[in-house]
Amino acid sequence: MIYLQLFWEFLKIGLFAVGGGMATLPFLQELAVRTGWFSQDLITDMIAISESTPGPIGINMATYVGVNIAGVLGGVVATMGEVVPAVFIVIIISKSLEKFRKSKVVEDAFYGLRPAVTGLIAAAGIGVMKVAMFHMALYQQTGVLTDLIDIKKIILFAAAFIGIKKLKWHPVVFIAISAVIGIVLGF
Amino acid sequence: MLSEFLSIYWKFFKMGAVTFGGGYAMLPILRREIIENSHWMEEEDIMDYYALSQGLPGIIAINTSVFIGYHHRKTPGAIAAALGVVSPSILIITVIALFLAGFKDNVYVQHALSAISVCVVALILDAVLKMWKKGVKDGLTLCICLVVLALSLMTKISPVIYVIAAAIVGISARAVGRARKNGKEAAK
Repeated sequence: MIYLQLFWEFLKIGLFAVGGGMATLPFLQELAVRTGWFSQDLITDMIAISESTPGPIGINMATYVGVNIAGVLGGVVATMGEVVPAVFIVIIISKSLEKFRKSKVVEDAFYGLRPAVTGLIAAAGIGVMKVAMFHMALYQQTGVLTDLIDIKKIILFAAAFIGIKKLKWHPVVFIAISAVIGIVLGF
Repeated sequence: MLSEFLSIYWKFFKMGAVTFGGGYAMLPILRREIIENSHWMEEEDIMDYYALSQGLPGIIAINTSVFIGYHHRKTPGAIAAALGVVSPSILIITVIALFLAGFKDNVYVQHALSAISVCVVALILDAVLKMWKKGVKDGLTLCICLVVLALSLMTKISPVIYVIAAAIVGISARAVGRARKNGKEAAK
């Protein structure tokens, strides 16, 4: 029964992949090799499509692989398999947090955790920035500094940042405007 | 009850539909919807849930959504949030995987995405600056933030390690601080 197998395989990924959506990638590669359900080529497509569509990357990847293995229902089953462990684990932790939320130890732990999370997200942001705003590969090839930077992107970045700071619009408005600018100006 | 379940589902559905990238890209949208529009919780609560989500198995966006859903309406809220945030992915990816083979090669899609990713960087920067204000309060927290940032950029250490280490540092630094304070008071 392919659906049960799919559910079980993605349940294991959801249970063991720590560190977000991209952390599921090595598990998916291992799954491809072990089961022969899909090829390595499909993994490259999966990453490209998951990054270029709305939704968390990890979920997009699970749905994409599931659909390719066993159709529409396969996509649903794979995604649910990956989500179920998270729901259980987080509910259990939430229940115990309710009891200990006001305790000194939990409060002190969060005192250390908050700046750490700020650092982790800043690092993720810089990672995205390197890919989104600079042409690293081209620069390494030519060594010309003007190949590294794309003035259009720098201007868009500055305008978006000032807009976000000054105007209190919903983030999706900035995303939509950027998409239009990208198409019109040929980013 | 059902209408409440559906309204949480719909709220997370909308957030899932406009998140481009991983869990970090969802943060600006979460802040906006959960803190500013709905007032379900404070900035610190979201940061704490985000921190825990990084250290737990599973996809960060899902973990955070389940924490927020539970915080708002217990287990039904948690389930509604999880289902809501994955639904747009299932719909969109299924359609693309089955019908739109050339989607990622389309030149307009590429131009739009290339500009969207620049905008996402600006949104993340804004979110980081807001978190900085709440999380970095003294020399030690400044140190933790910069060390985690530098190590994340230079090494491939798992986030779980940072989460565990930062919690231990927080607990022990506060314990040492209190012990010193007590010692001084005792000396007086």
